[in-house]
Amino acid sequence: MAVKPEDLRVVLATDCGSTTTKAILFEKKPEGWRQTFRGEAPTTVEAPFEDVTIGARNAITEVEELSGRRILSPDSTDALKFITPAGGKDGIDLYVSTSSAGGGLQMAVAGVVRSMTAESAERAALGAGAIVMDVLSVDDRRKPHERIARIRHLRPDIVLLSGGVDGGTREHVVELAETLLAADPKPRFGRTLRLPVVYAGNKDAAAAVEVLLKERFGFQTVPNIRPVLEREQLGPARAAIHEVFLTHVMSHAPGYDKLIAASPVPILATPHAVGMMAEAAARRRGIDLLAVDIGGATTDVFSVCKGVFNRTVSANLGMSYSVSNVLLEAGIGNICRWLPFAADPDEIQGRLRNKMIRPTTIPQALADLIVEQAVAREALRLAFQHHRSLAVGLKGIQQQRTISESFRQTATGESLIKMMNIGMIIGSGGVLSHAPDRKAAALMLLDSFEPEGITELYVDSIFMMPHLGVLSSVNADAAQEIFERDCLVHLGTSVCPFYGRLKPGSPVLKYTLDPVASSTGVPARGTSSTGVPARGTLLCGELVRIELPPGATAKLAVEPAHRSVDLGRGFGKSVERVVRGGHAGVMLDGRGRPLALPGGAAARVAANKRWMEAFGLELPGDFTTEGTENTENSKG
Amino acid sequence: MGTAYTPGLKVSAEATVDKVRRLPVKGSVLVKAGEAVQPSTLVARAELPGDVEIVRLAERMSLDPDELQGNVKVAVGQTVEKGQLLAQVSGFFGMFRTQVNAPFAGKVEYYTEVTGNLGIRKPPVPIEINAYVSGSVIAVLEGEGVVVRARGAFIQGIFGVGGERQGEILMACSSPAEVLTPEKVPQDCAGKVLVGGSLISSAALAKAAAGKAVAVVVGGIQNQDLHAYLGYDVGVAITGDENVPLTLILTEGFGRIPMAERTFNLLRSLQGKCASVNGATQIRAGAVRPEIIVPHSEAVAQSASAPQAGVLAVGTPIRAIRDPYFGQLGEVSDLPPEPVRIPTGAVVRVLRMKLGDGRVVEIPRANVEIIER
Repeated sequence: MAVKPEDLRVVLATDCGSTTTKAILFEKKPEGWRQTFRGEAPTTVEAPFEDVTIGARNAITEVEELSGRRILSPDSTDALKFITPAGGKDGIDLYVSTSSAGGGLQMAVAGVVRSMTAESAERAALGAGAIVMDVLSVDDRRKPHERIARIRHLRPDIVLLSGGVDGGTREHVVELAETLLAADPKPRFGRTLRLPVVYAGNKDAAAAVEVLLKERFGFQTVPNIRPVLEREQLGPARAAIHEVFLTHVMSHAPGYDKLIAASPVPILATPHAVGMMAEAAARRRGIDLLAVDIGGATTDVFSVCKGVFNRTVSANLGMSYSVSNVLLEAGIGNICRWLPFAADPDEIQGRLRNKMIRPTTIPQALADLIVEQAVAREALRLAFQHHRSLAVGLKGIQQQRTISESFRQTATGESLIKMMNIGMIIGSGGVLSHAPDRKAAALMLLDSFEPEGITELYVDSIFMMPHLGVLSSVNADAAQEIFERDCLVHLGTSVCPFYGRLKPGSPVLKYTLDPVASSTGVPARGTSSTGVPARGTLLCGELVRIELPPGATAKLAVEPAHRSVDLGRGFGKSVERVVRGGHAGVMLDGRGRPLALPGGAAARVAANKRWMEAFGLELPGDFTTEGTENTENSKG
Repeated sequence: MGTAYTPGLKVSAEATVDKVRRLPVKGSVLVKAGEAVQPSTLVARAELPGDVEIVRLAERMSLDPDELQGNVKVAVGQTVEKGQLLAQVSGFFGMFRTQVNAPFAGKVEYYTEVTGNLGIRKPPVPIEINAYVSGSVIAVLEGEGVVVRARGAFIQGIFGVGGERQGEILMACSSPAEVLTPEKVPQDCAGKVLVGGSLISSAALAKAAAGKAVAVVVGGIQNQDLHAYLGYDVGVAITGDENVPLTLILTEGFGRIPMAERTFNLLRSLQGKCASVNGATQIRAGAVRPEIIVPHSEAVAQSASAPQAGVLAVGTPIRAIRDPYFGQLGEVSDLPPEPVRIPTGAVVRVLRMKLGDGRVVEIPRANVEIIER
């Protein structure tokens, strides 16, 4: 298949996720590039199938059934072959794919000082879309034998070894190489594969490290990620990781040789592809942005703040395989705190364990859905916490900072993310993209990210950011067009004042929302009695939602009721601006930051009910095991 | 027709099971193709390279690494005995010598002048693997292991803990709905694979372990009881290496769930027979599930069936695997092609399932598994 962007009319993209493989068809229509059909099937990278292309083929077959387009070539039996080029109702021009199946790219990283080179190595690996299994450093408070035992236990795909500035002391980084040699870790895939080690440390120690490691490992050297203390240079290490992932690791995973052969475009790690779209969106709009992709096994968080892009992959925080781990990390109490009904924690735990052992099932009863959404809030909260702890300091290639800044970062661990500056949050992944009521997705984002000030909330309509990311590597304009037109679903605009201590029920701010002519021509009027124009007072602890349909805009004027209230312009300052509507309209969140839920169980249940009602979400009658919810539902 | 999302668990009285018995490193295979094997027959052996231990010569001698130059008394690749001199430096006029001796026997793996550290690899550790099941060797994987084929009953569970064990099947409950309480655990359960019904209590599990039962197969367990048994909560479901006194296999899931009648009846028919069991579970899309294998003595069949994606059709026996019908058995009565709105509000592909009591209910296709024969 030739890859000339101008020749493309029909593109098929798959994302081989840990749980399901999603196939999506993109077509160039008279009005422009559109996403047209989608199919999915269980991922088959694991036993008993152990061939990722079986799941891809099943998902593509579903696209064929839905679209009526023949895509797979009749001789596509073992190898994945396509009818190319597209002609009439058959065939495609290009096939592209992303993958996080089989646990994605899993790496161990090492550096001399935890907060310096080891942290840079961690950022380099995360930036390449890897899950970081462990960070080893000379000052990680482990004894050498403990470090060796730990590395031995890991089965990483790649090891990134860094340490020392160029020309600095060699001893520590060579000692890390000795530790690695002593541990002799085995790769996850490929019994004959020598575990790839990318060395990105002190160039003066490279020869000594190579002597130690070249026999037992697939060793390669790239320029130091910290050539001098005040400069971080992640690009070469990231490029090497991509290269090794594609040429060595992925080709040893079951069926990937066939998947790689099926596309002329390199397969991208899913987080990498999603990150490309998030970064492009922030750059285009000139805003600070957060994006999240919550999957079955992992949750990936992306941020672009003041032009600095960061990505983290939180392994073992997810909605299916990792659901029990969310339970473990968050605690059952934190999950139950989001429920609008009283439930036995043991019963909830049992249900979540059953979800873990049958990961592809979906909630059928409303109460079951609400429990999953409670788990999602905690997974998102924990993943965001992880992201904030790492989205500090430097980013990418050749970014400068002074030694004093470097020390300040180490000392304070200050996050780059200022919630008040975040203009947009994009949610992706099944539990957000496929929430039956889009308003529920908006509430999940509000509860877990706790935006401050005025923020636009979006979801990825059908979870296609990975597909668009890999498409953008061939045709950025097409990916962009589809992203804006078919991918982004505007949930609405959140207005979240930050304030000091206020009494529950006391006024936080006064608001008015008046119609203005919409840029898209949709009349700016409410769709219900609570729609625009609207005016009122937001009280402490309250959530208010005002209908404003997607495409509509309205003029928002907010006047703090107290000097301690800030909406981004400063404490006590009024704000006026045009806001955009969405499925959840305009959301005024008077619950304060950090978000604290009422103490007692009954009060918490009542608060959750109130908030869900404010969002017009359906409430289950009770949490039962017999699924009687359908007859007892009450409209909130 | 449609595709089931969750691969069904196999419950079969007559199955051909191929078990790959593979060494973690290259070694030697001890049996030949066509040879009959018992569970305890050793089929392959290898030597795991010993661990490398770092001896910090410079640090222990209070020297800079470069001061060690010429004073290391062993070479890379050399075998050393415990106590053998590794490095020595003389002080004034040859007096006040400092030296480091080998703390254990092994082979010098490396010496680094930059750090003054020496790596000694300990002697290799022999490992052996057995056949695990009765059957015959159908393939030899040169230097790696063998494939043993067994023919007999094969039952997959949904989740388990604990590794490979063998024992005689003993029914501890008389119906699939019965709870396995301590009173039902026989005094003489040593070496037995106990079969319960819908649930096992924490006390019963403890009694079975104390009585030296090798395994328990049961419908479900309460989450808190599993925690009590393991001493921790399972996070990511990759199991099999737990240090537990007996292997536990759940056939249905967490909570009190009657064992599927077919599974229970099959196990009952196998009472007194020797089973190979393994609780190892790795949950990925249809990955490793715990298993109970009871080989027959008859001749081994020649071919094993390859795994297939589950295909749903009207009449296919299925089991609901999510609330509100969790655990119920029935068959597919209809497969509407169009997506349907379910009580959560989601629009998904569903099927109609005829339950045992004659009711027909609508269930998302993702929430059933095919009962494989």
